[in-house]
Amino acid sequence: MANRWTFWIAWTLLGVAAIMALAPLYWMISGSFKLQQDAMQMPPEWFPKHPTLENYRKLFTAGDLWSGHRPALRWLANSLIVALCISISAVTTSALAGYALAKKRFRGRLFVFWAVVTTMMLPRQVALMPLYLLIVQLDWVDSYAGLIAPYLCFPFGIFLMRQFMEQIPDELISAARIDGATEWHVFWYIVLPMAKPALGAVAIFSFMGAWNEYLWQLIVTNRPEMYTLPVGVSKLVSTLTSFDLGLAMAGATVAFLPMLAVFVMFQRYFVKGISVGALKG
Amino acid sequence: MLPAAVPFVVFVLWPLLHGLAMSFFDIRLAETEFIGLDNYRNLAADESFRYAIWNTCCFVVLVVPVVWLVSLGIAAVVFPLGRSAQSFFRFAFYVPVIAGSVCLAMVWMWILDDHHGLLNYLCNSLLGVNIDWLGRTDTALPSLAVVVISWSLGQPIIIFLAALSGIPPELHEAAAIDGAGPLRRFWYVTLPLLRSASLFVFVTQTLGVFQVFVVVLLLTVNGGPAHATRTVVYGMYETAFTPPYDFDYAAAQGTLLLVLLSMVAVVQFRWLGR
Repeated sequence: MANRWTFWIAWTLLGVAAIMALAPLYWMISGSFKLQQDAMQMPPEWFPKHPTLENYRKLFTAGDLWSGHRPALRWLANSLIVALCISISAVTTSALAGYALAKKRFRGRLFVFWAVVTTMMLPRQVALMPLYLLIVQLDWVDSYAGLIAPYLCFPFGIFLMRQFMEQIPDELISAARIDGATEWHVFWYIVLPMAKPALGAVAIFSFMGAWNEYLWQLIVTNRPEMYTLPVGVSKLVSTLTSFDLGLAMAGATVAFLPMLAVFVMFQRYFVKGISVGALKG
Repeated sequence: MLPAAVPFVVFVLWPLLHGLAMSFFDIRLAETEFIGLDNYRNLAADESFRYAIWNTCCFVVLVVPVVWLVSLGIAAVVFPLGRSAQSFFRFAFYVPVIAGSVCLAMVWMWILDDHHGLLNYLCNSLLGVNIDWLGRTDTALPSLAVVVISWSLGQPIIIFLAALSGIPPELHEAAAIDGAGPLRRFWYVTLPLLRSASLFVFVTQTLGVFQVFVVVLLLTVNGGPAHATRTVVYGMYETAFTPPYDFDYAAAQGTLLLVLLSMVAVVQFRWLGR
């Protein structure tokens, strides 16, 4: 008896949670094909009766939103540039620092490691104001440098790399040394290929973090041309006099789909990265 | 090492320390004056900051245990279903994480809307009531908490599924032979072995929820109604980046957030740690 009850409770829980997680996404995508009057209708249209691409047209053509050219396309490009640069830089710095922390003996190694772990745990928001002042002093407001620079180094990535590279046997490295490999050769031909899953995870997480980052991008951009997708999309709501639901949903969909594609392609790196971080930490 | 060290020091470590230092000064355009603990004294008397601290703690208390329980429950239900079911549900619950808080916040804004929202339509037709979810002081914060929970489940589920697959099945078989039912086996065998995964989920979720910001900015009007949803990070943003741009006062709020977070982390490690 007890068995049957737990079974039903468990499945109800699973169903409700799955609906709560996925229904908003369905509502977002279907909403993006609705005109304002259809979106506002009560009872709601479960499936768009008059599907239209009008919202996407507004988003991607000039003049309707700002006098600027094709705002959404520019935001998409900004987001891509920022996320790609951050991801490439995070992989590079994390691999190098992770290798040094895992396999090199130097003074203060433990201290550096703890500094990395601590900053990984601390919210970035605490340093928001000084970081902003720094960017202002560098005159990097409204520039790609300002959007990218604070994320060049990714503490979680360094941590992940170190944990992963620690497991590479020392014998392998010293064997290569004996065969006359230089430091660079060891790193490039032995350590990096073995750390591939971790490299993938760092690339993915830094990309996703940058793509979905909001607060910093909001603060550091003032001109609509420099907005990234999340900032631009959120401003659609706050600047337009009447909240155009369909347009907002179309913007959100445009921000969502590229990231979904990345996720589907690299799913196993996500899973690996999350479980390595949790179970070794 | 060096290519990582430079950005780490310049853009991560330095702003953090600078922020701590800043909170003891009065920064204006012309001159900067050392004012000691004045910022903190003002904070102690600041009613909106007290609301922010209280609301942030409410968020943590509402969100973290629910996320832990629900994700553990989902992982426990999904795990025995086999590999393909596992990866399907892992995917389903991670998709909202992918979508990001801004996109989802906008959808929820529509769903929770007073007149045109899906939720009120359902409430109206099923229960005959119409609730202004985000406009009432008693429902606004719980509504936001539910929104946050809905996109926080993905990572914990992946962690619990990975941890469950690390438990040797012999343990369960042995317990079953000793006559333990599924619930008892879960309570006495599985749960203790998930301790470190649980700790990780608790700590990361707490850190995340302490930074609740996007939902407050996008779903409410200035943390309203009547400060009911104002959080610390939102307060910081408002203090520093809307007029009168009081940076040092915001830095003091950030420092207090840091102290609060460290205390909570220490307590959690003590409580759940080995």
